[in-house]
Amino acid sequence: MTEFPTQSVGYAVSHLDALEAEAIFVFREVVAECERPVLLFSGGKDSIVLLHLAQKAFWPGRIPFPLLHVDTGHNFEEVLAFRDRRAAELEAQLLVASVQEGIDSGLVAEPPSGMRNAIQTPVLLEAVEKYRFDALFGGARRDEEKARAKERVFSFRDEFGQWDPKNQRPELWSLYNARTHSGESMRVFPLSNWTELDVWHYIQRENIALPDIYFAHEREVVDRGGMLYAVHEVLPAKPGEEPFTELVRYRTVGDASCTAAVRSDARTVAEVIDEVAATRITERGATRGDDRVSEAAMEDRKREGYF
Amino acid sequence: MDLLRFATAGSVDDGKSTLIGRLLYDSKSIFEDQLAAVEATSAARGDDYTDLALLTDGLRAEREQGITIDVAYRYFATPRRKFIIADTPGHIQYTRNMVTGASTADLALILVDARKGLVEQSRRHAFLCSLLRVPHMVLCVNKMDLVDWSEEVFEKISAEFRAFAAKLDVPDLAIIPISALKGDNIVERSQNMPWYEGTSLLHHLEHVHIGSDRNLVDARFPVQHVIRPQSNADDRRDYRGYAGQVASGVLKPGDEVMVLPSGFTSRIAGIDTADGPVAEAYPPMSVTVRLEDEIDISRGDMFCRPNNKPQVSQDVEAMVCWMDESVPLTPGRKYTIKHTTRSARAVVKNLHYRLDINTLHRDEGASSLGLNEIGRVRLRTTVPLLHDEYRRNRATGGFIIIDEATNKTAGAAIIV
Repeated sequence: MTEFPTQSVGYAVSHLDALEAEAIFVFREVVAECERPVLLFSGGKDSIVLLHLAQKAFWPGRIPFPLLHVDTGHNFEEVLAFRDRRAAELEAQLLVASVQEGIDSGLVAEPPSGMRNAIQTPVLLEAVEKYRFDALFGGARRDEEKARAKERVFSFRDEFGQWDPKNQRPELWSLYNARTHSGESMRVFPLSNWTELDVWHYIQRENIALPDIYFAHEREVVDRGGMLYAVHEVLPAKPGEEPFTELVRYRTVGDASCTAAVRSDARTVAEVIDEVAATRITERGATRGDDRVSEAAMEDRKREGYF
Repeated sequence: MDLLRFATAGSVDDGKSTLIGRLLYDSKSIFEDQLAAVEATSAARGDDYTDLALLTDGLRAEREQGITIDVAYRYFATPRRKFIIADTPGHIQYTRNMVTGASTADLALILVDARKGLVEQSRRHAFLCSLLRVPHMVLCVNKMDLVDWSEEVFEKISAEFRAFAAKLDVPDLAIIPISALKGDNIVERSQNMPWYEGTSLLHHLEHVHIGSDRNLVDARFPVQHVIRPQSNADDRRDYRGYAGQVASGVLKPGDEVMVLPSGFTSRIAGIDTADGPVAEAYPPMSVTVRLEDEIDISRGDMFCRPNNKPQVSQDVEAMVCWMDESVPLTPGRKYTIKHTTRSARAVVKNLHYRLDINTLHRDEGASSLGLNEIGRVRLRTTVPLLHDEYRRNRATGGFIIIDEATNKTAGAAIIV
C-alpha cells in the first residue's frame, strides 16, 4: 500500500495533526462550557484513542472528568483488564454502570436473543441522571454508519436522552453551542471526522497500546450467518453449531454477544493498517450483529439515547 | 498528506449524488456491504438503477421521502490528500445547510446540468460561497455526454458563470466539463473532450493549493481554557498555561504579546504541547501558551501583537443568515452570541436590509429575518468583541447567535 506521510512540514499540517488539533479543541471546549462532563470508556480502540487525546488536551494537568463504562456483563477479559489498568495509570476515576444490576433491579429485561446491546441505553441514561452528567464524550465516528454521518460533533439530547435527527443545531466554523437546560445533555464526538484508517494511523504514530484481541490470535468460534462469534462463557455454542478454531482478530470491541471477529493474520499495527486499507467491508458491517437488524437500526437506537 | 474540506452544492437532478458516489467508488471508499445495502434498497423500491443517493441519505425520513434533510459528511482519501465532503442538500432548508457546509470548507463544488445551463440555484450557491469566503470554487458542468461533449455548450456556460462570479468575491475559480455517470474528467482526463485542456476533477482536488488560504499574518490566539495542574510535583506546582487553538498568525517563544481586552503586554515564555515544547504555533494547532508575567487572564481573552490588534468593540455590523424556523430575528430582541471562545449577550439594534439572494436586491423595508433569510444588522454586545472583518479572518470574523429561551443556534453572522 501507499505510505501516508503523517508528520507536518513547515507551516503545512498533516491530516492527523489537523484531526488531533480539532479533537483537543473539542475536549477543552466542553470542559470550559459544561459543568459535569464524563468520557465513555469501554476499553475499545476508539475510546482508547479518545482517552489519549483527552490526556494530551489537559497536559500537564490530569484529565478533569471521570470515565464511565456501561458494562454489559458480556465482556472480553483482556479488554476489562486493559480498562482498569489504563484508568489506574491516568489516576482517573472510573465509574461502572452495570447492565446486570439493571436486569436484577428490573430496569431492563434480558432480551431473548441474549444480545445486551440495546438494553445498555436505559442503564446509561440512569447513570447520566444519577451523576447529573451534562456532557458525554463518545468515540463514535461519522464514517462508521450512515445515521452517524449526519450527527453533529456536539449532539443535543433532550431530558429523555433522545436524539432528534430533524432538529439538530447547525454547526458553523468551530463555534460549538453546548448550552443545555437542566436535565438535558450533550453527546460530544471528538473523533467525528476520523476514519477507521485515521484511527489506526494515529495509534501507530502515537504508539498507543491496545488490548490483544485487536491483533490476530487463535480463538474458538462458531459461524452464525457468516459472522464469527467467540465461544464465550455467557455465549456457548448453540445446539447444532460446530465450534472450530480460527486465526482471528476483532475490528471493533463491544458487547461480546453481538461483536464478531474477522479472519485475520495481522499481528502488528502496521499489518492491521495494511489489512484495513485493503478491506472492502465496513467495520460495523463485518462485526456488528446488531446493525444488521434493519436499514435504520443505528438511528433507532440513537433516538432512544444510545451512545 | 494534508486535509481538504469541500462542500458540494446542487440537487439530485444535477447528478451530485452520482458524482459523490463516483468519487467514493473510484477512491475505493465505498464498501461492498454499503453497496449491497444500497442495491437491495433500490431494487426493493423498484428503481431502474442503483440510487447512490442512498449512500448518503441515512435517516429513516430521508429514505421514506426520497429527500435529503441534512448536511452529510463523507470521507475519502487518495495517496495525496484526505478529503472531507460536506454534502449539502439542494431542496430543504437550503441556505441554512449550505452556509453550514461552506463555513468550514476550503473549496466549494457547484454542479450544473449542461443541458440546462446556469439556473437560479447555481447563482445562489455561488453567492453563498462567496459570502462565506470559501477560498476555492469549482464549477462542474455535468452531463456533457447528453450534449454530445459539445465545447460550444461548455464555453457558453463558462462565460456566463465567469461573468456572474466577477460580481462576487471569488478568488479562485476552475470550471470542468464532466460526466459523473460515465466517469469523464472525474479521475482521468476524458477522451471524449479533447478540446478541454485542464485537469480532471480529482486531480484538481488533489492539487489545489490551500496552504496559503490560512491567515498567517495576524497573530490571534483566543484563550480557551486555563491549565493549572495544582499538582504537588515540583515542576508543575506553579504551572499556568493558556490553552487554545491558534486562530491566525504565528506565535513564537520570545514574542511580545498583548492580552485583550485588558491591554496588558508580556512575552511568550514557552509554547507547550503534550509532545513537548514547540518553536512555533500556527493554525490550526491546539497548544498551551505560557507568558513571562503573571497577568489576570481568562477564557475569552485574546493574545495578539501590540502592533497588530483586532477591533475591540461592543458595536458590530454583520451579515446574518437566520436559521431558526420558529422565531424570526427582530430588532430589539436579545440573544446570546458566541464569538471565538467568548460568549456575550447582544441586542439587535437595527436591521438595515434583507437581501434577496437571487437578485441581490436590498429590501430596506424589512422588519424581520425568517428562516433561510439573509440581512445586514447592527448589534450591541454586553462585552467587547475582539474581532476582525470576516473577509480578512474567518476565525475571528464569524459568530453564532443563540436563542436564549430554547438554546438553539438561531443564526450565523459574518462581521463586515
